Amino acid sequence: MRYLPLTDSDRRAMLAAIGATDVDELFRDVPAAARLAEALPLPRHQGEMEVERAFTRMAGKNLSAGCAPFFIGAGIYRHHVPAAVDQLLLRGEFLTAYTPYQPEVSQGTLQALFEFQTQVAMITGMDVANASMYDGATAAAEAAVMACRVTKRARVILSGSLHPHYAETTETSLRYTEMTAERLPPDPLGFEDLLGRVDSRTACVVVQNPGFFGGVRDLRLLAATCHEAGALLVVMVAEPTSLGLFESPGAMGADIVVCEGQSLGVGMNFGGPGLGLFATRDKYVRQMPGRLVGQTVDVDGKRGWVLTLSTREQHIRREKATSNICTNSGLCALAFSMHLTMLGGSGLARLAELNHAMAVKLEQKLAAVKGLKVLAQSYYNEFAVHLGDGADAALLVDKLADQGILAGVPASRFYPTWPELAPVLILAATETNTEDDMDRLVAGLKEALS
Amino acid sequence: MGDKRFTKDHEWISVEGDMGTVGISDYAQHALGDVVFVEVPDAGRAIAKGAEAAVVESVKAASEVYSPVSGTVVKGNQAIVDQPGLVNEAAEAGAWFFTVKLSDPSELTDLMDRAAYDAYLKTLE
Amino acid sequence: MSETTTFSGNRGLQIEEKLIFEMGNEGCSGVDLPEPGPVDLDRMGGLAKRGSSGLPDLSEPQVVRHYTRLSQKNYGIDTGFYPLGSCTMKHNPRLSEKVARLPGLADLHPLQPQKTVQGALEVMDSLAHWLKELTGMPAVAMSPAAGAHGEWCGLMAIRTAHEEKGEGHRRRVLVPESAHGTNPASAAMCGFTVDPIPAKENGRVDLDALKAKLGPDVAGLMLTNPNTCGLFESEIIEIAAAIHGAGGYFYCDGANFNAIVGRVKIADLGIDCMHINLHKTFATPHGGGGPGAGPTVLSAALAPFAPVPYVVHGKGGFELVEDAREGAKPFGRVKGFHGQFGVFVRALAYIASMGADGLRQASSDAVLNANYLQARLGDMLTPSFDGPCMHEALFDDRFLKDTGVTTLDFAKALIDEGYHPMTMYFPLVVHGALLMEPTETESKEAIDQFIDVVRSLALRAKAGAADEFKASPRFTPRRRLDETLAARTPVLRWKA
Repeated sequence: MRYLPLTDSDRRAMLAAIGATDVDELFRDVPAAARLAEALPLPRHQGEMEVERAFTRMAGKNLSAGCAPFFIGAGIYRHHVPAAVDQLLLRGEFLTAYTPYQPEVSQGTLQALFEFQTQVAMITGMDVANASMYDGATAAAEAAVMACRVTKRARVILSGSLHPHYAETTETSLRYTEMTAERLPPDPLGFEDLLGRVDSRTACVVVQNPGFFGGVRDLRLLAATCHEAGALLVVMVAEPTSLGLFESPGAMGADIVVCEGQSLGVGMNFGGPGLGLFATRDKYVRQMPGRLVGQTVDVDGKRGWVLTLSTREQHIRREKATSNICTNSGLCALAFSMHLTMLGGSGLARLAELNHAMAVKLEQKLAAVKGLKVLAQSYYNEFAVHLGDGADAALLVDKLADQGILAGVPASRFYPTWPELAPVLILAATETNTEDDMDRLVAGLKEALS
Repeated sequence: MGDKRFTKDHEWISVEGDMGTVGISDYAQHALGDVVFVEVPDAGRAIAKGAEAAVVESVKAASEVYSPVSGTVVKGNQAIVDQPGLVNEAAEAGAWFFTVKLSDPSELTDLMDRAAYDAYLKTLE
Repeated sequence: MSETTTFSGNRGLQIEEKLIFEMGNEGCSGVDLPEPGPVDLDRMGGLAKRGSSGLPDLSEPQVVRHYTRLSQKNYGIDTGFYPLGSCTMKHNPRLSEKVARLPGLADLHPLQPQKTVQGALEVMDSLAHWLKELTGMPAVAMSPAAGAHGEWCGLMAIRTAHEEKGEGHRRRVLVPESAHGTNPASAAMCGFTVDPIPAKENGRVDLDALKAKLGPDVAGLMLTNPNTCGLFESEIIEIAAAIHGAGGYFYCDGANFNAIVGRVKIADLGIDCMHINLHKTFATPHGGGGPGAGPTVLSAALAPFAPVPYVVHGKGGFELVEDAREGAKPFGRVKGFHGQFGVFVRALAYIASMGADGLRQASSDAVLNANYLQARLGDMLTPSFDGPCMHEALFDDRFLKDTGVTTLDFAKALIDEGYHPMTMYFPLVVHGALLMEPTETESKEAIDQFIDVVRSLALRAKAGAADEFKASPRFTPRRRLDETLAARTPVLRWKA
């Protein structure tokens, strides 16, 4: 067994040093009734070749995105990750390190996370960001809880623009607490009235921009309305590359910005692991969940970094902690940061322009599909379309998949009990698409809808 | 200021008339280590005896400061908010946390005097 | 102070590295992207970004060098022995990294039609099958993203089960004093109050004290087993019976499952739910703090309340259930999409490599290595408890009494000897704890060398070398850092 260095003679010598006759003796505190006498009747160990063969077989049963015209988004976006990112990520000193609790031997991770925090604060237009959360959904839930803590209020408004998984995760998180969530219906046209719902009991409004159905909106009036009522505005960004092109949530008045950071560096990986970004204003930093890296000096006066403000966290505050979170998404945060460093400010802007241009091109090409209507007036790299009354987006996607086209996400996958959403399809375009992909999609749609 | 009286949670209060000044004991600041953050209550806040009134944190520990008496907060000490290290330097002098207008001075009788507190600390060793 | 200084501030392979914000040239990029074509429609909604984000512009060689230099300031398992108790820093197989990068597994979107991702669902189902078989439990919630997230998931299932039975008044959860801090924090997030239970002299839960705390308001018990002192809770079956007798459920913190996998089935202990840290037990990388994964196994009583989504065997193949179905009453959803799939692939590759026989050998070797460490250090340090330990050995700081050396100093001196320190000051139930977990992937030679180093340090401490300990570490890129300054005047980002 290639991962186990001990030999039988080592084991005998060690047992002798311990004064035990066999290993079973070391398990004597286990109640006799619960001890297993031998290995369970499950497959035995295998070599690398056998294991790799099995995984290659399972991988072969999937249609991977690179093998198909691919237009799926809805919270996970396919982007090109520069080769250097993955190569650097595989360095054992990053990959196999623990949480940087011992700063003298963890300056690499700590400095990288300090850079990550700065990058996140910069792109979101906020003062300060933490060292990451599990994913966008859990970050949204944590933001709602934090807003309640800050405002000492208990009512959370979840916009219909919020990704249903984020809304559901937030609802689940609040289910057995004093806090309540008012979740608004899906809002494909961007007509919902949030302003009228904010009152003196509102802790926060959680809104996504670009929204789940792709629409981009001006949040300045909503921010002002929240602030006037003493509530916070939480802005969720599911596609952070959009921040290279659009005004940042911070510039529009957000108090907390959370993102799903998967778009940069992480890859799709069937939806996990993700990367939760979490940024806020300086004045709320002690109410923020999650790990934080701070700058300091060592005994020789040299600049260095440590985990700080940890009295917010569970290992000290226990049941009074800001969150039970104990880990972050460290390696994904590093990947995100590496990718963003590779892009730089000008590269991020170029990437965002390119994504937007691809989506506009897709809209133009879709004009050839009779009965199809684009629902959003403004968008980034994703928009919802209505396929015409009576059309079933789920059936259409299924049909196109048989032709090897991954044609977006039917809204009904998230809203199975909303018949009016059955004809709605959400389509995303990124820099990874080609014109040929678009032509194949359009041809497929035309055929299927005729 | 009058003589200090202490709680088992290591707060002290000294009272003149119906005005009390509250802080944490030297023992408490020593146990916490370097204090890095302090939160004091806003003026006008009504507090009950034993309720959480302030927060004090070191690098590795966080602790609530409980009010030794019931009453209304008159003033929080901004100096220790700006310079938390003062709590380590002068816990039982200048680094008081807040002043309070007592609503029930009879509550003071439940508290320990210096000798009793010293004896109590001995039991913690 | 270091004895030698250089003009550059570098010292051989220890190279000073600036922040990315302090380097770069505007207009550079490490990525070449095509020119965006003309955009004929205005779809910006008047919301175009004004001003620059402030991100620096670097080319690829600068970026590669930057992160390579940063990596060299880190200690990983690949660097050396990492005896960090309760963290299980075992070798991370590279085969797992390789298969996780197969495009057929990595380049998959979670919302593709299910018929195009049957292989991915098979990975989830196979891993779920192994986890159920290894624990003897009938169900597993795969989606929790980490151990603490799994704890919360288990407690949410418990709370929901009580609510469904009309016993929502059960709000008190018993938690041993030695518990990890996530336990009380997770309980609080489910609206539970935490009631601590004391330990006995032998480091185990005091069963009588536990029984005395039972009552009609008790929702359940959270118990880590093997516990945070590295000991098996020998009365666990009686503990389970007591909590069940009082109408409560038994949550087991499975952080230390790696000690007993293949040797004990969790179901045989009377446990209702337990999270499994895939990064500990099944060797997926810690990555400098995540991503982890915390699948949570559930008993038949709790299984109906498992969160969505989950995989079932349908008529035409594997099916991913994303909404409540008949007979199931999921308590909700705990994260986006379907769980930490990339971590699942790695864990399953490890499990397939080890097999049932290898997994049992791994837990046996982990326990053997820890007991060997305890036996060889027992006369020089001060073990906290008698008798065999499980996968980690716990010492307290009595051996340092009157030396002027603290547990922290001792740990920092280990760094100068080329080791990552052991876990310090946890668990809280012993004074100045030193918790050492060698794991099964260390050779006898490596452990022997570590033992020699620890013994020599103990001797030096006892010989009065306190000043030397206080000054350590001396050979690291940075020496002891001022954590008080960091917390008093937080600088949490770079600013121009």
